[in-house]
Amino acid sequence: MQTLNRYRTETPDQTIRLGLEIGKQLQPGSVVALHGPLGAGKTTLVKGIARSLNIEEALTSPSFTLIAEYEGSREGNPVTLYHIDLYRISHPQEIEDLGMEEILNGEGICVIEWAEKASEFLPESTVRVEIVIEDKGRRQIKIRGLTPA
Amino acid sequence: MIVLGVETSCDECAASVVENGTRILSEVVASQIEDHRPFYGVVPEIASRRHIETISRVVEQVLEEAKMKATEVDGLAVTYQPGLIGSLLVGLSFTKGLAFALEKPLVGVDHILAHLYAPHLETDISYPYIGLLVSGGHTVIARVEDFDTMRVLGTTIDDACGEAFDKVAKHYDMGFPGGAAIDRLSQNGSPQAFRFPWPSLHKGHHPFDLSYSGLKTAVVNQLDQFWNRDFEKSKENIAASFQGTAIDILVDRTVKAAGHTGLNRIVVGGGVAANSYLRKQLSGQPDLEVNFPSLRLCTDNAAMVAGLGYHMLRKGQRSELSLNACARVQGLRRLYP
Repeated sequence: MQTLNRYRTETPDQTIRLGLEIGKQLQPGSVVALHGPLGAGKTTLVKGIARSLNIEEALTSPSFTLIAEYEGSREGNPVTLYHIDLYRISHPQEIEDLGMEEILNGEGICVIEWAEKASEFLPESTVRVEIVIEDKGRRQIKIRGLTPA
Repeated sequence: MIVLGVETSCDECAASVVENGTRILSEVVASQIEDHRPFYGVVPEIASRRHIETISRVVEQVLEEAKMKATEVDGLAVTYQPGLIGSLLVGLSFTKGLAFALEKPLVGVDHILAHLYAPHLETDISYPYIGLLVSGGHTVIARVEDFDTMRVLGTTIDDACGEAFDKVAKHYDMGFPGGAAIDRLSQNGSPQAFRFPWPSLHKGHHPFDLSYSGLKTAVVNQLDQFWNRDFEKSKENIAASFQGTAIDILVDRTVKAAGHTGLNRIVVGGGVAANSYLRKQLSGQPDLEVNFPSLRLCTDNAAMVAGLGYHMLRKGQRSELSLNACARVQGLRRLYP
C-alpha cells in the first residue's frame, strides 16, 4: 500500500519549501504527476523541486512550449529536470507525438502538470501530488507514493 | 538584397519577401485560429501537422505575389528559436531544404529579436532602446543594443502575460483568442470593479521582473475577495479589471527600466502589443518615445524575420544546414547585466 501524506501551505513560499522537500526524495528516473485546478500552485511547487536540484535559472510556466528542460545537479552529478505542462493538450494521441515516453523512460526527473491527461502513459511508480485550494491562500497538498530516501 | 523569411514558431504559418530589410514585397499568413478555437489555445500537434500541410503552398504563394522566382531570392531567413519545437522544426527543415536546393545563404533568426525588429519595417528607429516583448509565450524587457544584440533586464518569473490573458479568457468562457476577447469586453467594463493585487517580488528577483501567476490565481480563484460591490460581477468588469492590472504592471516595469537605463525610446512587440489599453497607457507616458508596430505586425509574421534576416546576412552571418530548432532560449535570464 502506498503511503499518503497530507500537508497544508499558507503561502506560495511554503509551497516552494514543500517542493524542495519533495525534490530531495526524488531519484533519477522519478516521475511526479501534479493534479490541481488553474492557479492551485503547481508551477510554484515545481520551483521548489528545481531548487532541490540546484537549478538557479528561474523556472517559468511551460504552458506555451509544453516541455522545458533544465540542467540541475545532485551531489555533484548532473540531473536533468523535465517540466511538462499538458494544459493545452486535449487528446491522449497528441502526447505520443510530444516524445514524452522517451522522457518518462529516461534518467531525468520528470514533473508533469495536468498529468490526468496523460494517465495511461505514466509508470506505476509515479509520485502523485494533488493540490486542493481551500479558503484564502491555503492549499491542501496530498502526496502518494513518495518513498523517503 | 531580397530575403525570403519563414516563421512557424507557433500557430501561424507565415512567409514574406522583403527587400533591403524594410520594403515588404509580399506577405502570406495562414492562421490556424479556426482550428484551435475549440481548444482555447494552441494545440501543438495540430499546429505542426497544419504547418506541414500548408508551408509549401504559403511559400509558393508569397513568391507568386512578389512576382518572383525562388532563384531570384538573395537569401533565406527562418525562425529557429524559441517556440513550439514541432512547429519550429517544420519551418526550419523546409527553409534549410530550400536554401540547399537554391544554393543561397541561410540565417536562423531568434523570434524575440524578430518581434522587436517589426516596427523597424515601418519606421526608422535608432538603437539603443528598451524593448518590450509581450505575447502568449514571452514576457521580456530588454536593453536592445542593435538588431542582433540585447541584454535582458526583466522577464516573467512564472506565467507569460499573454498566457494569463488566455487562461483567464478560457476560465470565464470569454472567447478566443483570449487577448482580443478581453480587450473587447473591457471596452464595456470598469477596471475598478475588482481590485486585483500586484505581484510582490522578493529580494532575489530583479526589479524589472514580472509575475502573472498570482494575478491569474486571484482572477480565477479569489474573485469575491477583490470584488468592489458597487459594481456588478460581470464578464466585462472582470475583463477590464484584469486587463487594467496586467497592463499597468507592464507599463510600470517598462517605465522603470527606461528611467534606470536613461533610455527614453521604447519598442513594443508581440501579440499583447495589439492591446488597445497598453497602446494608450504607454503612448501617454511623458518624455517617452514609444514605437508600436501596426496591428498586423504585432502577431507572428514572417516580414519581421526576413527584415532582421537581411541585416544579419548583410553582416555576413550564416547558419549551417546543421542548425537545430530550440524550444527555449537556454539561460535567457542569465544574460542579466
